[in-house]
Amino acid sequence: MALLGRIARSTEVYLVGVLLVLSVVLFLLNPKFATLENIFDVLRNNSFLGIVALGELVVLISGGIDVSFTAIATVAQYVMGVLITRYAIESVFLAFLIPIPIGIALGAFNAFLVNRTRVHPVIITISNLNVFYGLLMVISKGKWIYGFPAPFRDFARLKVLTLVSEKGVDYGLSIFTVVWFLVAVVTWLMLRYLPIGRKVYALGGNSEAARRAGFDIFRIQLFVYCYIGFLSGLAGFVHAELNQMIQPNAIVGRELDVLAAAILGGASVFGGAGSPLGVVLGVLFIAFIKNGLILMKASAYWHQVIMGFIIVLAATLSAYQQNLERKRRKGV
Amino acid sequence: MKRPRGRRETQSLILAVVVVFLLVLLGILTKGRLLAPDSLQSIAFQLPLLGILTLAQMTPMLTGGIDLSIIATANLCGVVAAIAMTRGNVPPLGAMVFGLAMALSFGVFKGLLIAWVSVPAIIATLGFMIFIRGVSLVLTKGYVIAGFPGSFLFLGNGTLFGIPMPFVVFFLCAVFLFVLLARTRFGTYVYLLGSNPVATLFAGVNNGLVLFATYLLSSFLAGVAGLVMIARFNAAQADYGEYYLLLTVLACVLGGVDPAGGFGRIPGVVVSIAVLQVVATGFNLLGLSSHLASALWGLILLGVIAINRMIGGVET
Repeated sequence: MALLGRIARSTEVYLVGVLLVLSVVLFLLNPKFATLENIFDVLRNNSFLGIVALGELVVLISGGIDVSFTAIATVAQYVMGVLITRYAIESVFLAFLIPIPIGIALGAFNAFLVNRTRVHPVIITISNLNVFYGLLMVISKGKWIYGFPAPFRDFARLKVLTLVSEKGVDYGLSIFTVVWFLVAVVTWLMLRYLPIGRKVYALGGNSEAARRAGFDIFRIQLFVYCYIGFLSGLAGFVHAELNQMIQPNAIVGRELDVLAAAILGGASVFGGAGSPLGVVLGVLFIAFIKNGLILMKASAYWHQVIMGFIIVLAATLSAYQQNLERKRRKGV
Repeated sequence: MKRPRGRRETQSLILAVVVVFLLVLLGILTKGRLLAPDSLQSIAFQLPLLGILTLAQMTPMLTGGIDLSIIATANLCGVVAAIAMTRGNVPPLGAMVFGLAMALSFGVFKGLLIAWVSVPAIIATLGFMIFIRGVSLVLTKGYVIAGFPGSFLFLGNGTLFGIPMPFVVFFLCAVFLFVLLARTRFGTYVYLLGSNPVATLFAGVNNGLVLFATYLLSSFLAGVAGLVMIARFNAAQADYGEYYLLLTVLACVLGGVDPAGGFGRIPGVVVSIAVLQVVATGFNLLGLSSHLASALWGLILLGVIAINRMIGGVET
C-alpha cells in the first residue's frame, strides 16, 4: 500500500508540475490566460465535467466502470426541467432535490445488474446508456426545455467572491465551482477516512481478497454506482443551471471525455488506484489546454489532435513507468 | 472448461429464438412488409456497415481488449480516399489503397503501444479515437466531401447478381475472419491469449506480435467499413456514425463474445448483427423512433444476459 500511495502521490506531483509549466507557457503566449476573470470562467464552465469525473473515479477505484452516467444526468435534469417549468417551482432548493434521487435510483439499478449478472460493468452500463437515453428520447420526443423560473435563472449568477473588471463588468468565483471543489473534498474524506472508502479501494485492489475477507461485495458496488448516480444527478442540475436550457442530447456522447480526465488524473482502469486531487488536476489540465487553444485562436480542428496526442502520451508514459517499476521489483 | 462452452451455446440458441420471434412479430406488425423483397434488400444494404465495424471490434475483444478508435479510423480512411478522388483525381482503386494505408499506419502505432509498451487497450484506443478524429477534422475542416466517380459508388450502391455490394463485402470480411480465427494458428493464439496470456507466453507464443496483428486487423476492417460507408452515402465526413461505437461492443457481446476475452465465434456475432438490424428496420417501417430501437437493443442484451444467468448460471 505504501508503494501504491507513493506512485499515486507522484502522479499528482507530476501533474501539478505539468500544470504549472503549461500555465506559464499559456501566460507567455497570451497574458489574458492568467487573469482571474479567465481562470474563474474556466473553473465555472468545467464544473459539470469535474463533478461527474469524481464519480467516475470512485467507480474506477472499485475496479468497475460506468459509461451510463451521461444518460443518468440527462434523465435527472430533464425530469427536473419538466417539473419546475410545468409547476413553476420557485424554490431552487426544491429543484435541486429532484435530480438527486433519480440519479441514485438509476445508479442502484446499474449496481444490481452488475452484481447479479457478473457481466463486465462496461457492458451493463452501455446497455443502460441505450435504455435510459433511448426511453428518454422517445418520451420527451427530444424537446428542449427553457424558460425556467426567475430564481433558477438568478441562481446561476451567484458568486462566492465578486470582483469588478477594469471594464466595470462583475466577475467572480461561481457557486458551481465551489460545489465541484466541495464534492472533491467530500470524496477525498470519504475515500480516506470512512470504512466504505477503504472498502472501495480493497474491492478494486483485489476483489477475491475482499470477498474472502468477508466484505459484502454487493453493498460496496451499490454504494459506488449510487455515488456516481448521485453525482450525475447533481451535475445534471449544475449543467441545467450553467446552460439555462435542457437539451436531451447535450450531455450524452461525452462519456469518454470524462473517462479521459479521470485516467489522466491517475485513476487506473484496473482498479485500486487514483485520488480525487489527481482527477481535479486531470480535469483542469484538459480545461487549460482547451482554453489556451481558444485564446491562441488555434483553429478548433486542432483541439482534438492535441487532446488525443496528450492522452496517448500520458498513457504511454504511465505504462512505461509501470514497466520499469515491475522490472525494478523483479530485480530486487 | 466444459461449462462456459455449454453456456455460450445456450446463449446462441436464445439469440436464435429471439431473432425468429422478432422476425415473426415485426413481420405481423408490419403486415408482411418487413419480409417483402425490397425491405429485405434495404436490410442487406444497411446491415453491412454495422456488420463490418462489429467484425473490426471483435478480434480485439477476443484478446480481452477493446478498440474504441474503429469509427474514427473508418472515417479517416473514408476522408483520405475522398480527398484523393475529388482533389487528386486519383482513380478509385488507388484512392482506396491510400485510405487503407492511412488506416493501417495509425493501426501500427496503436498496435505498437498496446503490444509492446503494454498501454491498456481501452486508454490507448480512446486516445487514438480522439487523435484520429482530430486528424480527419483538420483534413476536412469540418466540411463534408462529396461527389465521387460512379465506378466507386458501385461499392456502396451497386448489386452483384442481385446481391447488394456492401453485403458482398461484409460476407467476404466475415468469411475471411472466420477462416482466420477458426482455421489458422493465429486464430488459435488469439483465443488462447484472450483466455490466459501467461499460459501463451510460457507456451512460447509471441504475445506482442499476436496483439500487434490484432490491432492492425481491426484498423484494416475499420478502413474497409469506411470505404463502404462513403460509397453508400456518396460523402465523407470526420464524424459520421459515431453512435455505432458502443453498438459494436453491444453487438459482439450479444453474439457471445466474452468481453474478458477468449470466447466468441463469427456465426454468433453475425446473428446478433442481424437482430440489431431487423429491429432497426422493423421499427423504421412501423414509423417508430430509432431511439426506441436503441432502448430495445439495450433491453435485448440485458435480457439475453439475464436468461443466460438463469439457465446456465448455477455455478458458485
